[in-house]
Amino acid sequence: MNRVVSLWLAVGLIGFFVLPWYALEDAFWSFGWLLDGYPLDRDTAPAIIQIAVHGKVWLAPLLVFVLAALLVVRTDPSARYFAPTLTFAGVGGLGYLFLQGFTIGIGGWEFASLEALFGPVERQFGMGYGAVLLAASFLFLLTSSFAARGSVSGDVFVAGSIGLVIALIAAFVFFPVSRILISAFQDNDGVYTFTLFVEKITDAKIWGLRCLAENVSCGVAWNSLILAVSVGFGSTVLGLAFALVTTRVRLRMGRAFRVLTVLPIITPPFVIGLAMILLFGRAGVVTQFMDWAFDIPPTRWIYGFTGIWLAQMLAFTPIAFLVLIGVVEGVSPSMEEAAQTLRADAWTTFSTVSFPLMRPGLANAFLLGFIESMADFGNPFVLGGNYGVLSTEIFFAIVGAQNDQGRAAVLAIVLLTFTLTAFYVQRRWVGKKSYVTVTGKGDAGLHATLPRRLTWPILAVVIPWTLMMLVIYCMVMFGGFVETWGRDHSFTLRHYADAFSVTTGEFGLVWSGAAWNSFWTTITISAIAAPLTTGLGLLTAYLLVRQRFAGREAFEFGTMLSFAIPGTVIGVSYILAFNVPPIELTATGMILIICFMFRNMPVGLRAGVAAMSQLDRNLDEASLTLGANSFVTVRKVILPLLRPAIAAALVFSFVRAITSISAVIFLVSADYHMATAYIIGRVENGDYGLAIAYSSVLILVMLAAVSLVQLFVSQRKLGRRAASERQPVVDRSEVAPA
Amino acid sequence: MAGESLTVDGVKVSYGDVQVLAGVSIDVAPGEFIALLGSSGCGKTTLLRAISGFVPVDAGRVLVADRDVTNAPPDKRGMAMVFQSYALWPHMTAAQNIGYGLRLRKVARGELNRRVEETMSLLGLDGLGDRLVTQLSGGQRQRVALGRALAVEPRTLLLDEPLSNLDARIRQTVRHEIKALQQQLQITAIHVTHDREEAMVMADRIVILDRGEIAQIGTPEDVYNRPRSSFVAAFMGADNVIPLTAKRDNGGLHVSASDDHADAVLSIADGDEGANLIGSGDGELTAHFRSEAARLIDINERPEGSLVLFGTVTQTSYPGGIYRYTIDVGDRHFLVDDLKKLGVGDAVGICLPAKSLHLYSANPTTSS
Repeated sequence: MNRVVSLWLAVGLIGFFVLPWYALEDAFWSFGWLLDGYPLDRDTAPAIIQIAVHGKVWLAPLLVFVLAALLVVRTDPSARYFAPTLTFAGVGGLGYLFLQGFTIGIGGWEFASLEALFGPVERQFGMGYGAVLLAASFLFLLTSSFAARGSVSGDVFVAGSIGLVIALIAAFVFFPVSRILISAFQDNDGVYTFTLFVEKITDAKIWGLRCLAENVSCGVAWNSLILAVSVGFGSTVLGLAFALVTTRVRLRMGRAFRVLTVLPIITPPFVIGLAMILLFGRAGVVTQFMDWAFDIPPTRWIYGFTGIWLAQMLAFTPIAFLVLIGVVEGVSPSMEEAAQTLRADAWTTFSTVSFPLMRPGLANAFLLGFIESMADFGNPFVLGGNYGVLSTEIFFAIVGAQNDQGRAAVLAIVLLTFTLTAFYVQRRWVGKKSYVTVTGKGDAGLHATLPRRLTWPILAVVIPWTLMMLVIYCMVMFGGFVETWGRDHSFTLRHYADAFSVTTGEFGLVWSGAAWNSFWTTITISAIAAPLTTGLGLLTAYLLVRQRFAGREAFEFGTMLSFAIPGTVIGVSYILAFNVPPIELTATGMILIICFMFRNMPVGLRAGVAAMSQLDRNLDEASLTLGANSFVTVRKVILPLLRPAIAAALVFSFVRAITSISAVIFLVSADYHMATAYIIGRVENGDYGLAIAYSSVLILVMLAAVSLVQLFVSQRKLGRRAASERQPVVDRSEVAPA
Repeated sequence: MAGESLTVDGVKVSYGDVQVLAGVSIDVAPGEFIALLGSSGCGKTTLLRAISGFVPVDAGRVLVADRDVTNAPPDKRGMAMVFQSYALWPHMTAAQNIGYGLRLRKVARGELNRRVEETMSLLGLDGLGDRLVTQLSGGQRQRVALGRALAVEPRTLLLDEPLSNLDARIRQTVRHEIKALQQQLQITAIHVTHDREEAMVMADRIVILDRGEIAQIGTPEDVYNRPRSSFVAAFMGADNVIPLTAKRDNGGLHVSASDDHADAVLSIADGDEGANLIGSGDGELTAHFRSEAARLIDINERPEGSLVLFGTVTQTSYPGGIYRYTIDVGDRHFLVDDLKKLGVGDAVGICLPAKSLHLYSANPTTSS
């Protein structure tokens, strides 16, 4: 009896004969359907009943593929017909499952020509438990057949894992993104037209350049591009300044700057924009003060390019800093000392040795800033005014009065092209040119101090900027205690009470605050998503670091790609792809969880790759030679040794799920409202007090989570010699757009 | 527990475009101790990893007791391996490391503990079972790694330079311990090393690898006294080289005189007295000899059956007990030790008895 084949065959049979075939109205994990007419009811019946009773005859051929696998369940994998039979079952089953799913939808036939050919059919809904199990069964039967043919040295576990990751990424990254491409070619009635696409993509609203001559706004593509380039440039310069001050100026406060690196992780990006409104908006503290003291009348200067640029600079400079501090520290002191012994003074050493060595790192930081700015949704949304950028325009195209999916799709394509180009350049060009040594072992010696003529200008920039950051974060932390900014600055707990009050009612505690609903949803969804994200990321990391298989490079590129897809694009694509069968997920909690899994998978992936590359490969090989298969080896040897990385990945995927906004705002629903989307909603209504109060609570929750893991990771150092020098808990050198 | 035979048959391995093993065949008898010896990059570790299943084989077969395991994954080959880095799991104690393989084999707890204890006392690790491996010394770790491999009573034991992380003195004793254990347990063992002496001391037979091919297989005496090629001779320490022209007849090998050496008649009889001649012996020859086999004599002396090189002392040193001279012969330099004290510039003869010479026909078609 072949254990793997029989296991997946059993799963497939349960999916076909026992569990409800179609998606249920209720939440994914409620079991009300058991009492609700199961198994004969039209909505909850398993496939076999759907065929026999409800006329869904087109499901019947699926059984052929299941039964084909039954033929080889008692066969040895080396038998000649074993692999081909399973390949037939897997490819045929999966192929047919999706063929019928895409051709027969909620209105019967999806294509009129098929209706003319076969006559009308029953309608059907999205895949439910049964269909998902059967699909999984077909997938793993297929991967077993590859293993039986000798791919990945016949390892069933590794073959299955590769298949799983590829299938998931195909279903939840490539499929939705390709849906965007398709809908860009459709008009609002679903008719394919190329001319409309050309018309839309060359729209003056996107590419218009009249702003150069007249006083009208430019196309949104140019707006985004100009903003992203200036943010990329600005944050790189500032980040470098901070990195140099921290490592090369003898200052007592130097090390304190490292705290900055934690800020972008625990701060939802739009919170900076929010704080800026409270400072510089028409009713802002600074604006009011200027009016009172110098008679400078309040204006709306903060709404538009300047405001967004400032907010993004504040939000993304720490990310550039994080990248560049590694770069600056990575320049080997002995290289600088070598220059000094040849009579180079401080300035010559810096300009001829240190700086050229840092150049690839600078390019990297620039591209990250560029991608972050392009993808940022929160700040332009809060501060944009009339200055439209791609990410916000996409949102308004879907949500606003126009509800023009085609336009959203076209804008998404433009945005995606920009970020993917930057991502590609970063990986293929800058990534390979890095001179900086990444191995843990540094050379002996101290970094040369900065030449004097650089020190003063840099300090002149860094110190005011730091003060500004301080003011902004004070604003975030304490802004919630003020009645109304600009009008009534008296102390109040009203906003916190509105959001988080708990009263005692008839049945015990009542969570009566307005924020509780979204707060608990956020925590629950993030807590469910975190282990899934980590698991998927670590599994992928294991495959990338430890396994050699055909197409590994493409596999790596595909998994890394989800870094570069902006959240707004993911949001739109999920709406387009998962609103209709065969995968029907909109307005569920599931869609949020899946979205977080694939948006944040890189967190687990990078943590896993970094930690696993430090583990001697012989450690797994020793286990294999003693007769453990790769699954047992992963469980007993690799996972226990990765515990610190797992803890870090768990918390960061949790925290990132809480802070994300750009994709979430498309996917929230009445039942599943998320904190960030709720806050943005309050901001739109001008309810700044509650918004800032809620944000500060979120930041504190996340700070607590991050501190907890810092503590945990730094205490649990497993005996891994010098290489385990405390790794930075955060590795955002390739940061996913917020 | 007794060892199984192992056959490597025409194994080829490439990394990308680089061919690392170009068709290697070895037959290992049950219970035999084989050393794979070669300089770095010769493919010895790759060969071991191909045997263990970590490196996929492009062509050829690997057989264990006549069972073809060429495409079997490492966990299905029934071999145990000791790694250069030991690869002990830092999250387990010494006893857990040793018992890991037994736990996988679902050995009952009592039996498992007994066998772990047994293995530990066999290796002199008594009382260290509860220590984390990070708390052990280098020598102790090495024993735990060996114990982990031996606890599962493997038929074949693979050793990947297991001694190279030990300091010189411990290494001497561990060599003998491993050899003794292997003989006691009758396991087939394949040992990778770049240390010539280690291979000589431990192995029943030595396989010398050169650029992915087997240069010679033989007993330690064989490869030392009768190296089959110029490469093996140099690798086994006969690394002084001098070209000769010779003619062979029934009396032996007639070496004609040149600027560098006198003429001589050398015995090529098998056994202890003759030179080790590979090839026809006629025409151009390359002669290899070990420094320690050379003796300094008066430049005019012509001992019977020996080759005399004409040299000049160019450097002297005194490492203790004997003098060490750099002697120039033509544009070649040889290091020769001698008890006599000589000065720089002295003319001197280097006497090489026939039995100290390894002669290889320069014409490759007649060699081997």
